[in-house]
Amino acid sequence: MSAEAPQSGAEILLRALKEQGVEVIFGYPGGAVLPIYDAIFNQNSIRHVLVRQEGGAVHAAEGYARSTGKVGVVLVTSGPGATNAVTGLCDALMDSIPIVCLTGQVPTHLIGNDAFQEADTTGITRPATKHNYLVKRPEDLARVVHEAFYVARSGRPGPVVIDLPKDIVINPAPYNEPAAQHKSYRPRTEPDLGQIAKAVAILKQAKRPMIYAGGGVINSGPEASALLTKFARATGFPITNTLMGLGAYPASDPQFLGMLGMHGTYEANLAMHGCDALLAVGARFDDRVTGRLNAFSQGSRKIHIDIDGSSINKNVPVEVPIVADAGKALAALIAAWDADDAKVDAPALAAWWRQIDTWREKDSLKFTQDMTPGAVIKPQYAVQRLYEIARARGQEVYITTEVGQHQMWAAQHFKFEQPNRWMTSGGLGTMGYGLPAAMGVQIAHPDALVVDIAGEASILMNIQEMGTLSQYKLPVKVFILNNEYMGMVRQWQELLHGGRYSESYSAALPDFVKLADAFHATGMRATSIEQLDDVINAMLDCPTAVIADIAVDQKENCFPMIPSGAAHNEMILGPEHESSGAIITDAGMALV
Amino acid sequence: MSDLMTMRSATISVLVDNEAGVLARVTGLFSGRGYNIDSLTVAPVDADGAHSRINIVTTGTAMVIEQIKAQLDRLVPVHRVSDLTQEGPHVAREMALIKVIGTGEKRVEALRIADTFRARVVDTTTGSFVFELTGATEKLDAFIVLMQDLGLAEVSRTGVAALARGTRTI
Repeated sequence: MSAEAPQSGAEILLRALKEQGVEVIFGYPGGAVLPIYDAIFNQNSIRHVLVRQEGGAVHAAEGYARSTGKVGVVLVTSGPGATNAVTGLCDALMDSIPIVCLTGQVPTHLIGNDAFQEADTTGITRPATKHNYLVKRPEDLARVVHEAFYVARSGRPGPVVIDLPKDIVINPAPYNEPAAQHKSYRPRTEPDLGQIAKAVAILKQAKRPMIYAGGGVINSGPEASALLTKFARATGFPITNTLMGLGAYPASDPQFLGMLGMHGTYEANLAMHGCDALLAVGARFDDRVTGRLNAFSQGSRKIHIDIDGSSINKNVPVEVPIVADAGKALAALIAAWDADDAKVDAPALAAWWRQIDTWREKDSLKFTQDMTPGAVIKPQYAVQRLYEIARARGQEVYITTEVGQHQMWAAQHFKFEQPNRWMTSGGLGTMGYGLPAAMGVQIAHPDALVVDIAGEASILMNIQEMGTLSQYKLPVKVFILNNEYMGMVRQWQELLHGGRYSESYSAALPDFVKLADAFHATGMRATSIEQLDDVINAMLDCPTAVIADIAVDQKENCFPMIPSGAAHNEMILGPEHESSGAIITDAGMALV
Repeated sequence: MSDLMTMRSATISVLVDNEAGVLARVTGLFSGRGYNIDSLTVAPVDADGAHSRINIVTTGTAMVIEQIKAQLDRLVPVHRVSDLTQEGPHVAREMALIKVIGTGEKRVEALRIADTFRARVVDTTTGSFVFELTGATEKLDAFIVLMQDLGLAEVSRTGVAALARGTRTI
């Protein structure tokens, strides 16, 4: 060791990243991080992907993390570099995505002096991260990097910021290994078997059971999704997935009732409302799922498996809380289920399925596409055809989305059979997420088909990342459902605000075909129904990045919909159905 | 359900790493999630200064108090969270310095009451006293109310320090 030349903090940093198995960093240079970029320049094992804005770097790292299960890594400079990253950090916090974000900082002697490009990054990111560090002593650097990765991926995953003053990365630093065990953060992952036994007893007695599974199953790893499928099949129970959980259970399975929640299916929401036993796995009963809380699944005995104890009993009181990793809890549930001699109430279960089938007959996602040449394209049909054509081609498909109507149509009409194939901003609802996230997915899966299902408004929020696609020859397909409105805003204005379309029209849109061209990508457009399949096929055949501008019905609304302040059984169905559901009240309007 | 909605007071002790920002994490959690802080104390509690103990007095429904504890427990530098109010009998004390300005009969009466409360006089001039009083929050509240008519000028309170009774530790 003594024979080695002392390493700079930046070299120590890269060594620790390598030991963590980091293969790619999404970043953007600046004054405070130049020593780190110097160290990156001098090595070849870690690839750096230059984004066009720091927010794009975090979303790209999220896409990378969600599609691989690995920790995504971000490197940005001090001040505006760090503040631009904040939205992405909040997004990763809400959706439990493991990210380590390295931020530059002014030298330690200037901290607090309002120095050039100084921001109180640890102060600003404290509520935007799972944890953050400011490294003030060189001897802490290696340990903090290792700890940050441990914290980001352990328990409920999340983003961790390491703020690195410039002198810390310039000066020599020792390489201190982290302690074998973290001194305070040791999240529980093994389920309490007594609680598992209680859960099995409730589920065996159930006459109207329901499984409600979310992103925690996906975060637990692909084996957790396999165990969920195994458990659902062993029990014969109906199952729904949250927006974050899509792909945790195969969408083509007859036991799958589709997504639940505000834009979930009629059968999923009514089964939630009417069940007498509810098993929640890795889902957090958020407001978009529950609707009006005091009317939420009132008649059910509830079991809640979550790795984050603070997610249990937060919104909905449950009878059997189980703090554990979803996969480990599901394995324990399966073992206890098999070991228990009690039989399920088969006649009751059969009656429950008959009830569910009558709800299914409503076909709540139904829409009518006029196939006459020249007819306007329905957005749902565009998603459906994208799904069908991609599936027929047998390609491995990853879907990201922006936020709004197109996101909900993608969730409803694109069917996911596997976990880690669906990347969307669920908790924070970040417009501009999909393009950079798709970039990160494509970096991780160079040969896969990666499509960002977008809206024309959202895509403009991070359109600069088209430059990154071009630089790295990433053949991401941007599939814009262009209705010339911020569609979800317009829908709410129509349904809740008397049709006053305040500022929701997408005026002065760019020509997306020319825009693609300007970014060295391929642009294409479909304006009527007979062009749709050709454009989708051309898009999927195209070796470069593509922007496909699909002009869709401007007036189409996303149904079904549980209005704000309404209960699951007060859904509004679409115009295809006879009138049903609740009238939105002023009180409901305020609930957002 | 009704007992879930009843408000209660809770004295929560949190053992944390004594590091920069840890108090901000705790107070930020309370402000960010809309919880109350009725009182808060923090100081290092071991010889090498590695750990600090934060004592928080808060008010909320049973569901909110459970949330507060769960949220505190998942902070990375937190070692232990203990709900002293729920986990058994505990002792809780705070200290106050109370300045009373006055002369004549009011000054004599203030001193007489201070004696009853076993408050110490830690500073005096011909026109003022500073009393030091240690005890339960309610005792301090009662003393301060009594001083209001006797020239109460200024109060400085430490907030609550608390420990479980008996052999239990955090």
